[in-house]
Amino acid sequence: MPSIAPYDLGEFVERTVFLGDTPVFALADGHLHLPAGGGSVLQAHDGGLLCAAYDPFSDRLLTGGEDGKVMALGAKGQLSELASIGAKWISSVAGGPNGAAGFGSGRTAYARAGDGTLKQRAFERTVEGIAFAPKGFRCAIARYDGASLYFPATEAEPAFLEWKGAHLDVAFSPDGRFVVTTMQENALHGWRVSDGKHMRMTGYPAKVKDWSWSAKGKFLATTGAPAAILWPFSGKDGPMGKAPLELGTRGDTMVTAVACHPSEDMLAIGYQDGMILAVRFQDQKEALLRRGGTAPVRTMAWDGGGRLLAFGSETGEAGVVDIAG
Amino acid sequence: MSNTASQTAQAPAAEGAPIPVTVLTGYLGSGKTTLLNRILSEDHGRKYAVIVNEFGEIGIDNDLIVESDEEIYEMNNGCVCCTVRGDLVRVVEGLTRRKGRFDAILVETTGLADPVPVAQTFFMDEDVRAKTELDAVVALVDAKHLPLRLKDSREAEDQIAFADVVLLNKTDLVSGEELAKIEATVRAINPHAVIHRTERAGIALDKVLGRKAFDLKKVLDNDPGFLEEAAKAHDEADHVCGPDCDHDHDHHHGHDHHDHHHDHGHHHHGHDHDHAHGEVSPIHDVTVTSISLRAGEIDQRKFFPWIQALTQEEGPNILRLKGIIAFDGDPDRYVVQGVHMIIEGDHQRAWRADEPRESRLVFIGRNLDREELEAGFAACAARPRTPHEA
Repeated sequence: MPSIAPYDLGEFVERTVFLGDTPVFALADGHLHLPAGGGSVLQAHDGGLLCAAYDPFSDRLLTGGEDGKVMALGAKGQLSELASIGAKWISSVAGGPNGAAGFGSGRTAYARAGDGTLKQRAFERTVEGIAFAPKGFRCAIARYDGASLYFPATEAEPAFLEWKGAHLDVAFSPDGRFVVTTMQENALHGWRVSDGKHMRMTGYPAKVKDWSWSAKGKFLATTGAPAAILWPFSGKDGPMGKAPLELGTRGDTMVTAVACHPSEDMLAIGYQDGMILAVRFQDQKEALLRRGGTAPVRTMAWDGGGRLLAFGSETGEAGVVDIAG
Repeated sequence: MSNTASQTAQAPAAEGAPIPVTVLTGYLGSGKTTLLNRILSEDHGRKYAVIVNEFGEIGIDNDLIVESDEEIYEMNNGCVCCTVRGDLVRVVEGLTRRKGRFDAILVETTGLADPVPVAQTFFMDEDVRAKTELDAVVALVDAKHLPLRLKDSREAEDQIAFADVVLLNKTDLVSGEELAKIEATVRAINPHAVIHRTERAGIALDKVLGRKAFDLKKVLDNDPGFLEEAAKAHDEADHVCGPDCDHDHDHHHGHDHHDHHHDHGHHHHGHDHDHAHGEVSPIHDVTVTSISLRAGEIDQRKFFPWIQALTQEEGPNILRLKGIIAFDGDPDRYVVQGVHMIIEGDHQRAWRADEPRESRLVFIGRNLDREELEAGFAACAARPRTPHEA
């Protein structure tokens, strides 16, 4: 039976990640909690923390705040400032290959190379989300009417992947073949990078606010429905013409967070009522990891070994589930 | 999702009370910053977050002021008037994550901003809607420069037409006679707003904050236009023209074929104007009209299809609509309000014994066809003695 080490952090948990074996909780008030082993609290931002993302390329947590700073917390617990752009909100952050980090603020996208060189590029619309291609130094940004791909180190014009509507976040598939966005409408949109071919992923009753690529990038798991919706990305056409998997369907609540297991075809699903299930893709077998809580699960993350699952909610209820008990 | 008419009570946000949002509109120089500074510096014990387009001269540092690039997002449903302010969706989401951090949010728009996408954000985005409630749209009007503004921009008129509260500011810079004309002009554009005359945006804060103007429970409660006969509003509009109508304008403007560009302070009354229709305001440079409809008891099986089709088709022309409906066989008052194509409705309270069971519906917009609206509303009338069906 799974066991839970619960933490009451008293504040909206924006993101949880594992750095090495250490669970970290990034709170909306700007603090980073590392509760394991006696526990420590670091202040990453004055005012508040607006966005946070795990950087799988450098095993670190990246955060952006109301103070215009982008911070990085490394696996050894060292907190460092990557950039400071003055009194502007940092609305998105992402890590990239070779120590790169990117972030968006207003209509400007910033890309910081591993050597610390900071490049900025202005777009005509707000940079809503940012992501790095898995290889090289290439960024995608989500924006109104599509996504733009560009190479921050060059002055070349961005390639515009057009699709009408407001795009709020963006990701590359782990193999770099596809770019996917979440939208203001209850939908995802995708493009095949090689030829710009469109992939419409619609039918959600709510906005998609969390997503997770499964092991080897076979599926993209998403929230925004009473079940976790998993789009197949293993074929050369991605999910085009294929029905998605629906896992963990519940009639009375919505999926609010998803985290794919790092090696198995298994998904942790967090719900609006605080429940967490683990569901196997193949036979849809479900295991209850957390009975429920008082607030929606906002964020979840597996450790590298796939035994521990950290979770955080909108009211600060958090914890680490050990699925082996 | 272009039409989110809901006929049932809307569940309040489960986690605590929604945060009220006040939108301040007004042309450059109308006094928005002065009002903001006044709100923030007064000893009210409340914590405000202020969303501005540019850090201006707001001289208060103990409240959070957020700079935000105005970003109009059209919803991908083929409806050009289904727009939201994408930047507000993001900033409001950021501001509302932490409970108790703010008691209220103030949104200051640019002088040229269209107030509609701002307001629609609080109805169309499900997350924003769950955590906030639009309290009121407050328009500041520079009493001295309004006539000029109305000539050179449609935005100034839109801001007044869309407002719940209008602060007629800088009244010390105009004569009493000018002020009366300006106020009548504002009233002609929007008979339903509460108007306050102010100097240096001096106003008791409870006149602009906590108005609950979009609260269905209070629809039309604070509506001066509704307390008067529709005919009276018409008289007021005429009254603006009254003194000037005595003049023969032709000799002033014989050389000027563009009525809208004449530079005289008074209101030129165009003689090619067809007053019989009443669809165009008799005041120059005013293109927004207000239409007030009345009827007895209404058949809800006719009313809902009619109002939904109407807002679908005429949505782009409708800036605001509000109404109280007496449904046949329904002991409760039914209230509706709308912005463009978005309408919502709910039961408000029981009709009192001393109240006539009368239905009223008001529209503010452009190119509204009064006859068609009157006929459409009249056709929704319940037939007396019709047996009720379940």
